[in-house]
Amino acid sequence: MQVKNSNYFIDKDVQLLLGTLLRVGVLISSAVILLGGIIFLSTQSNAVVSFSEFKPEQVKISSIANIFEGLKTFDGLAIIQFGVLLLIFTPIARVVFSIFSFLLEKDYLYVVIGTIVLCVIITSLYLDVAH
Amino acid sequence: MTVLVFTLIVLVGAFLAGLLGSLTGLGGGVIIIPLLTLGLGVDIHYAIGASIISVIATSSGSAAAYVKEGITNVRIGMFLEIATTVSAIVGVVIATYIDANSIMVVFGLILLFSAFMMLKKKIDHSNNEKTSILASYFKLNGSYPTEDGVKQYAVHNVIGGFAMMFVAGTLSGLLGIGSGALKVIGMDNIMKIPFKVSTTTSNFMIGVTAAASALIYLHKGQIDPVIAMPVSLGVILGATLGAKILIKTKTDKLKWVFAVVITFLALQMIYNGLIG
Repeated sequence: MQVKNSNYFIDKDVQLLLGTLLRVGVLISSAVILLGGIIFLSTQSNAVVSFSEFKPEQVKISSIANIFEGLKTFDGLAIIQFGVLLLIFTPIARVVFSIFSFLLEKDYLYVVIGTIVLCVIITSLYLDVAH
Repeated sequence: MTVLVFTLIVLVGAFLAGLLGSLTGLGGGVIIIPLLTLGLGVDIHYAIGASIISVIATSSGSAAAYVKEGITNVRIGMFLEIATTVSAIVGVVIATYIDANSIMVVFGLILLFSAFMMLKKKIDHSNNEKTSILASYFKLNGSYPTEDGVKQYAVHNVIGGFAMMFVAGTLSGLLGIGSGALKVIGMDNIMKIPFKVSTTTSNFMIGVTAAASALIYLHKGQIDPVIAMPVSLGVILGATLGAKILIKTKTDKLKWVFAVVITFLALQMIYNGLIG
């Protein structure tokens, strides 16, 4: 029982830390998206947009390499996509963090399970699904 | 439509989606997609890409608030994420092979189901009878704080729950939604996990699952920054405000009103999908 309780409190600490991590992740990514949005709107707010037809080739900033390329020129849309990327990586950071906490607890079964989940996500990063 | 007008309309819509989504527990995605497709004539592929971003934003944003009231079972979450992430990828792949109209119809049906689940009275099935060998092996049984001290609970039917998560993940990847309603069935009804634990754990899983499919959608060109910008900012603001109001307000009446609106939107999506 004693062991169970102390574990419970370690878990609680880890979760509070995770909560902060998520909040900071959301905050930073929304700040980046807002910055990109302001830059984009200040130059192109009168341009006409239509999304009535799906044209994947029109979205130029659709890979991580392209996003970093666009960041060099301070392109508003690339900055937005970078913010989106940070948002996507926030829950992934939570998985990485959990793996480390399992490692500290010496729970190797869950180090393996966490690593499997991480590998699936990394696979999705490299998966090229035809249009 | 000019970029400025489009941005402002979507910003307001996404704010309301985030607000209502957090007040009713339905999430932002199920509202964002009808808003973009039915309201603004946006192609469903772009709507799904924007929605998956809003799902991640809501999940991560509310997780920070959840930490105080409930307790996530990270082991249950991580174990079931094997099912949800693999199946999310399967869902995205399926989406490439079926046409936009069929996706609209499936989405409408899930919307109807979510509205039904939102109104259905929840029953806590949890107990501490350790019946599942798998639950013990994977250390899924746990404990959580209540007013009467720390309470133990046992997890049941691990295989059934895992299978249900596979369905939830597939739909999440296919439609760009969090699949919260299906995850609740899997965890509350099949695995008999207590509410306090299942709500927060499901929220944890939703973010991770959505991240897996979001990366593929990004590469497929379905996440357009012009839409993603107002959607993410609006949803984050709305969901944050919603989480604050939720502590002080009863939402029963709101849920009924919302269910009627959702049902109407669902039928419209199904109709549009069927006539092409």
